[in-house]
Amino acid sequence: MATPNHLGNHDHRSKELPQVLVLEPPPIMKFYGDQFLNDFQLLKAWESPLPLDQFLSIHAQSVKALLTPGRYPLTRNILQLIPSLQLVVTTSAGLNHIDLPEFQRRGIAIASAGDVYSEDVADMAVGLLINVLRKISAADRYVRKGLWDTKAEFPLGSKLCSKRVGIVGLGSIGQEVAKRLQAFGCRVMYTSRNKKPFVSYPYYSNVLELAADSDVLIICCGLTEQTRHMINKDVMLALGKEGVVINIGRGAIIDEKELVQCLVQRELAGAGLDVFENEPHVPRELLAMDNVVLSPHRAVHTPESLTAMCEHVKGNLEAFFSNKPLLSPVMNI
Amino acid sequence: MESICVLMPIPMNSYLEQELQKRFNLLKLWTAPQKPQFIKEHADSIRAVVGNSAAGADAELIEALPRLEIVSSFSVGVDKINLAKCREKGIRVTNTPDVLTEDVADLAIGLMLAVLRRLCESDRYVRSGKWKRGDYKLTTKFSGKTVGIIGLGRIGMAVAKRAEAFNCPICYYSRTEKSDTKYKYYPSVVELASNCQILVVACPLTEETRHIVNREVMNALGPKGVLINIGRGPHVDEPELVSALIEGRLGGAGLDVYEHEPEVPEELFGLENVVLLPHVGSATVETRKEMADLVLGNLEAHFSNKPLLTPLV
Repeated sequence: MATPNHLGNHDHRSKELPQVLVLEPPPIMKFYGDQFLNDFQLLKAWESPLPLDQFLSIHAQSVKALLTPGRYPLTRNILQLIPSLQLVVTTSAGLNHIDLPEFQRRGIAIASAGDVYSEDVADMAVGLLINVLRKISAADRYVRKGLWDTKAEFPLGSKLCSKRVGIVGLGSIGQEVAKRLQAFGCRVMYTSRNKKPFVSYPYYSNVLELAADSDVLIICCGLTEQTRHMINKDVMLALGKEGVVINIGRGAIIDEKELVQCLVQRELAGAGLDVFENEPHVPRELLAMDNVVLSPHRAVHTPESLTAMCEHVKGNLEAFFSNKPLLSPVMNI
Repeated sequence: MESICVLMPIPMNSYLEQELQKRFNLLKLWTAPQKPQFIKEHADSIRAVVGNSAAGADAELIEALPRLEIVSSFSVGVDKINLAKCREKGIRVTNTPDVLTEDVADLAIGLMLAVLRRLCESDRYVRSGKWKRGDYKLTTKFSGKTVGIIGLGRIGMAVAKRAEAFNCPICYYSRTEKSDTKYKYYPSVVELASNCQILVVACPLTEETRHIVNREVMNALGPKGVLINIGRGPHVDEPELVSALIEGRLGGAGLDVYEHEPEVPEELFGLENVVLLPHVGSATVETRKEMADLVLGNLEAHFSNKPLLTPLV
């Protein structure tokens, strides 16, 4: 009688199915289980009583594919223990957990999240922006506390139409944000590593100049060595006292200590944040502010995005094991 | 014009009050210890009333002011003004259309995103420290959901235009089908509610549209449906709304208006699928100034015998 073990499938089938190593379950597995990967033999490292290096030495020497969530750093040390690795499939929109130069050096392909999440993340960015400008969360708290009466006026918000919105990073997510905000009458501009052809929004070659000409900055780029703390005190001061920052990228793109100071000293008007430098820790000064909106890193946490990601992951693995092109290969590292 | 008496029933905007005080003799009814007495004392000199969405000019007030010539509303909705009586007595009425269209439409979309993505609830989650113990749950995607609009006027069209940028299919109900639009028309609100996931109230409040969103409509919208009210509280049968939400027959609601403002049914305070705003549809610094300037402009035009800027009557 075959019993399930930490190798993920019944023993008598294990030789037929291509192996996929999973060091830690990605959110899609936590929410939806692993039925969508029934065509593969999953090597679930976290279920084994063995320490990771031993597990990998015993079970992962011929493994070619790895499925990984965003929070698990894939470093040189781990790669050394998976010598046959040819593909990593990540369920995260960001790639900052992957030592990209090392992967390139070893010729390991990377399948990214593609644009599976882009709409939901863009929706979060716009939702946070409207919330900050129009004080939606603050007003909701006000009503629920029983503070609404006709004598005292709830503080006025700020109009979204005609605001100059600087998008930092015009990838798939940035473009979805731009498309949405144009419909609200915002004036969209952007900065990016390279100017995008066929894009009509004004391009700025650096974020400081973009900030100086913007009322709002929306962080839509990935976290790299170049973008770490890119949104620093100078950028925030350039954005100005009426300025609003929205971050749906990675916490470390913004110098969080400086952000808090700017908000405390009213050098910035407000912020909408889905990501932080040390999640789930949020600077305690922000917890008391009415002009910030806080979100616990959940821009992609909808059933629609996650079920689409299950299909996307399956599609990439199927493509790889049938020697077909990946659905969402990462190029130009 | 400093001697012309203008009555303002409740406070609404300090810039507007200051400017009215500069140009006219502004009478602030809310400061009077005895309101009916105050009205009697000034009845012969009040020539204008400045109202808003909360207080306008009903039949009783109009009858009490024999020299009333114009009611200028600091709002686009004029359900608090007895238009028939104004017409009967030749009293002009103005409102503030267009200048607030974008703000109200922005707020409608803001409410949709806040309800569907639980932005207020997850903000509370972070502030209470719960994130340290675990992730917030899944919430539903907004992009691509079908949006049904009751009333395809200026505000309804602005909501549609924004929702389209999120790839939302748009459908609507209106008194008559519009020939110049590509959006799908439904001849009744119940049919509209049956065929959309987010229902937005964007029509004026009249006798016909009172309780236009009733129990049947809410049941049709359903346990996954979301109601967004940026019109007037009485558009929605409020007790029915409360029970529909509590019983799970309606999936969620984003409300900017209520039947008896500033009262909000307290049963709603404990619900996480509801966002409650204190009637802030046009409440931005920029728009309130534009609205105030329209009120002032209309009054000045009237009292200089020039054409009104935004007359309704």
